[in-house]
Amino acid sequence: MAFANILLGGVFHAAVLFLVAAGLQLVFGVQKILNLACGSFYALGAYFGISFIAYAAAVGLSPWLILPGLLVAGAVLGVIGPPIERLLRSVYGRDESFQLLLTFALVLMFQDVFRFIWGANPRSLDSAYLIYGTISTRDFSVPVYNLLVIAAAIAVAAGLGAFLQRTNFGRILRATAENRAMAEALGVDVRRVYSAVFTLGTVLGTTAGALVVPTAAASLDMAIEFVIEAFAVVVIGGLGSMRGALVGALIVGLIRAYSIVLYPELEVLAIYAIVIAVLLLRPAGLFGRPVA
Amino acid sequence: MTRAGLAALAGIVALALVPLAAPPYYAGLMIPFFGYAIALLGFNLLFGYTGLLSFGHAMFLGFGAYGAAVMAGVLGIKSFDAVLLGSVLFAMAAAVPIGLVCVRYVGIFFGMLTLAFGMLFYSFLFKFYHLTGGDSGMRVPRMNILGLEFAQYNKIEFLAGPFYYYCLVLLVIAALLMWRIVHSPFGLHLKAIRDNARKAEYLGVHVRRCRLVAFVISAAFGAAGGAILGFRVGLADPELVYWLQSGQLVFMTVLGGFANFFGPIIGALVFTLLEDQLQSMTQYWRFILGAILAIVVIGFPGGIAGIVGDLRRRFARGAA
Repeated sequence: MAFANILLGGVFHAAVLFLVAAGLQLVFGVQKILNLACGSFYALGAYFGISFIAYAAAVGLSPWLILPGLLVAGAVLGVIGPPIERLLRSVYGRDESFQLLLTFALVLMFQDVFRFIWGANPRSLDSAYLIYGTISTRDFSVPVYNLLVIAAAIAVAAGLGAFLQRTNFGRILRATAENRAMAEALGVDVRRVYSAVFTLGTVLGTTAGALVVPTAAASLDMAIEFVIEAFAVVVIGGLGSMRGALVGALIVGLIRAYSIVLYPELEVLAIYAIVIAVLLLRPAGLFGRPVA
Repeated sequence: MTRAGLAALAGIVALALVPLAAPPYYAGLMIPFFGYAIALLGFNLLFGYTGLLSFGHAMFLGFGAYGAAVMAGVLGIKSFDAVLLGSVLFAMAAAVPIGLVCVRYVGIFFGMLTLAFGMLFYSFLFKFYHLTGGDSGMRVPRMNILGLEFAQYNKIEFLAGPFYYYCLVLLVIAALLMWRIVHSPFGLHLKAIRDNARKAEYLGVHVRRCRLVAFVISAAFGAAGGAILGFRVGLADPELVYWLQSGQLVFMTVLGGFANFFGPIIGALVFTLLEDQLQSMTQYWRFILGAILAIVVIGFPGGIAGIVGDLRRRFARGAA
């Protein structure tokens, strides 16, 4: 298989991983909660995306609008953010193991919500996404849709960066992440910030799931498998760091793509070997702050 | 005899009566309870007493189950006692290098590292099909216990009868051993480390060395529990090592109450029975388990043992 094909496959996977990991980082950075349910948001986005597009196609949505349609589907799911954040509010300030466990409870519950609504069998969209065409040369072929998703992820990365660095709300958000008590003393409504941050993190996860669904089936396993990869990304990149999420996602995405081709046995093993190596050599991750 | 001792004695007697009073199905169902209870005693030494949350503890269950599969299935050792001992020793040996790495960190980083090691082992089991059987796992053949074959019993009768009492005795031994450990000076060191590691170090406690020893002990208990679980199903399969299983171990411990010595045992018992009942009632049992976990985490962080303790205090106050 051509080098470029594997590369693009890896970057596509990295783009999706980055979106979920960015949500994870945002929530961890501000709320100090490591959200095990990020994979469930991803799966929710995927399932909902399928239903949304199927419905939209039935009422006559042009197949050309599948990508914007999926983006809308991901964004709509933001509505689950505030109520879940409300639930998590009860464990702020408690031991981090309790926070982790509460999100684990969410993972268990989401699994059965998916089973209840969408059934136990994997669901997928037809190949409508190929409408955007395929770029192919003699030994190289990639659907344009995949390139669009990569572009969308890059746009999100740039947008998030600009939002955090340039806007007023971004500054408030970073200030809250830095020092919650001080931000609160200066008049920041921390509750509102938390609610907004968690919703943003949720939307990043659900959008990633919705975007991936034309190319892969939505299944019950995807939630629990993906969270493991997303964790690898944030640990490699450094907890709480956006740049870390980007670099970590690229590392994990590319390693996965290459090992599947070169030596499939090492697909997950290689990722975790790197996680352990990073934790040993640079416990804070490549872009994280030093651990106290 | 103390109140805790009396309660424990009553519990042992009640457990000893189960195979006589309940149908064999329930006696067989109790085998995983024994496996989990032994593993959780070790897990809680790390979590409840040392303050380290391992999110990859299922790895040690896997060491036990796969150790049994290799020793009994591949090497042909027919004695479960020897296999149990072998698995425990192997897990302890493996836990030393892993622990050396993990105990350098606390909190979320310790959890992430143990998770990473657990997933490393899982993907090894899952992907190296020719060595480990991949997703179909490895067979754990029937073995004798204490040199006795019990050939006249079929597997179900064997599990519900002799093997049941064998596991009960193992659990009692494990609990006594753990009781000694947590009430020894070493146990005090662990609690001091949990409450304030820096202060403990200042007082001359070897923080990392104590954490490492706790890690290795918990690995031994985990492997013993895993060997029982593998023997019962007759199979060591990679799901036993998956991170969901690790999460479930934490779940059971918190459900029972990690602040209480007997909490993990209570948690294992309630979880095993609850899961069995829910699974027979509805296919959406995970949702109910998740909801219960959420309620425990938010409302009753002391778990069942904590609720019982509260009630007893309230009752005592009311009586006075």
